[in-house]
Amino acid sequence: MESVRGAEKAGTWAGLPLWLRGMLAAAGWWLIYRLLAPAAELVAYRLLSLPRGSHLGSSVAFFIFEAPKVLLLLVLVVFGVGIVRTFFTPERTRRMLAGRRESVGNVLAAALGIVTPFCSCSAVPLFLGFVETGIPLGVTFSFLVAAPMINEVALVLLYAMFGWQVAGLYLVTGLGVAMVAGWVIGRLHMERHVEPWVYEVQGEAEEAEPEKLDWPARVGRGAEAVREIVGRVWPYVLAGIAVGAGIHGYVPEGLLAGIMGKGAWWSVPAAVLLGVPMYSNAAGIIPVVKALLEKGAALGTVLAFMMAVIGLSLPETIILRRVLRLPLIAVFVGVVAIGILIVGFLFNLIF
Amino acid sequence: MKVQILGTGCPKCKQLLANAEQAVAALGRPVEIEKVEDLREIMKFRVLTTPALVIDGQVKAAGRVLSPDEIKKLLGS
Repeated sequence: MESVRGAEKAGTWAGLPLWLRGMLAAAGWWLIYRLLAPAAELVAYRLLSLPRGSHLGSSVAFFIFEAPKVLLLLVLVVFGVGIVRTFFTPERTRRMLAGRRESVGNVLAAALGIVTPFCSCSAVPLFLGFVETGIPLGVTFSFLVAAPMINEVALVLLYAMFGWQVAGLYLVTGLGVAMVAGWVIGRLHMERHVEPWVYEVQGEAEEAEPEKLDWPARVGRGAEAVREIVGRVWPYVLAGIAVGAGIHGYVPEGLLAGIMGKGAWWSVPAAVLLGVPMYSNAAGIIPVVKALLEKGAALGTVLAFMMAVIGLSLPETIILRRVLRLPLIAVFVGVVAIGILIVGFLFNLIF
Repeated sequence: MKVQILGTGCPKCKQLLANAEQAVAALGRPVEIEKVEDLREIMKFRVLTTPALVIDGQVKAAGRVLSPDEIKKLLGS
């Protein structure tokens, strides 16, 4: 609401009705997006007169084209998801999950993990809140795995760089990992490895009433999400694209086929092992992944690497240590890592 | 009047605290601000996401960093 009102000071633009502003913004977005490829050509080869096919030329052209393209897509999708998320609050997700049987619960939890807003600093309150309502441990974990791994930033970047097939496969396999990992954790009956005080937590206050938002307010939330998320990740996006551009221009074709290609079966576990302790957001890692792929790395290997980097993170496990004992944390990381491993092998087998 | 900021110390929580302080300063009324960092205390408010803003024991917002203006409105400027 505030941001909408803040914009009204901007003058005539804000005097227009919401739908008209939306349409104008969409048209402008589309126009810029269409002009990116010719503009990048123009800048790299005409303005900077870099020789076509040179290392520097292809690196620079890659960067000039990819950077604004990814940022534009990011703004669009983060805005859209920001609006969608006003319909899926964590409180609502919890209500939907309460009283579900395990298998159905795992599926639903993983799916809701995609749309429910989540940041790793909320992992603990969310965990406590879910367990308190009696949501089974395994179902809670399905949510905790899906929420960071499958997010709008990752999906946009995958779509922008590899097309909808890869984005779709990532979505489906990521969901699969989250469902199965949660289900396995549930079957292992690890409840005794949850810190005992967790089960003593009792909310005293009444649950806050759900906010009532009208459409301008929802759009305002979308804009807020853009400011917050794009404002936070853009340096990573640019850095990732810069590294990707360097690899694109300078690393010879097929160099990585030997170490990261299909033939090297051990590259998948190596990628997962390397990725688990690494922590980056999707924005930084995907442009690098794209460049690796171009140079002969296998799709399954790089996807496994990516899932391990953004799905499992050291900071999150440290935060979860406050409510979980080490054996459960080890099982959590282990089960998810094995799931990612299977996905990696599967992709390498199919493609 | 009492404002409580619930959060375990993430950057967003600090930002919300700063915004609340700014809002209170602008109002010029005596409002007590308390930062709640203990998880058990936070869970008593039944919030699922942090940071959360509590005014006189009532959760007004969770999972968002409210702007100083929004907080001022909630405080009844």
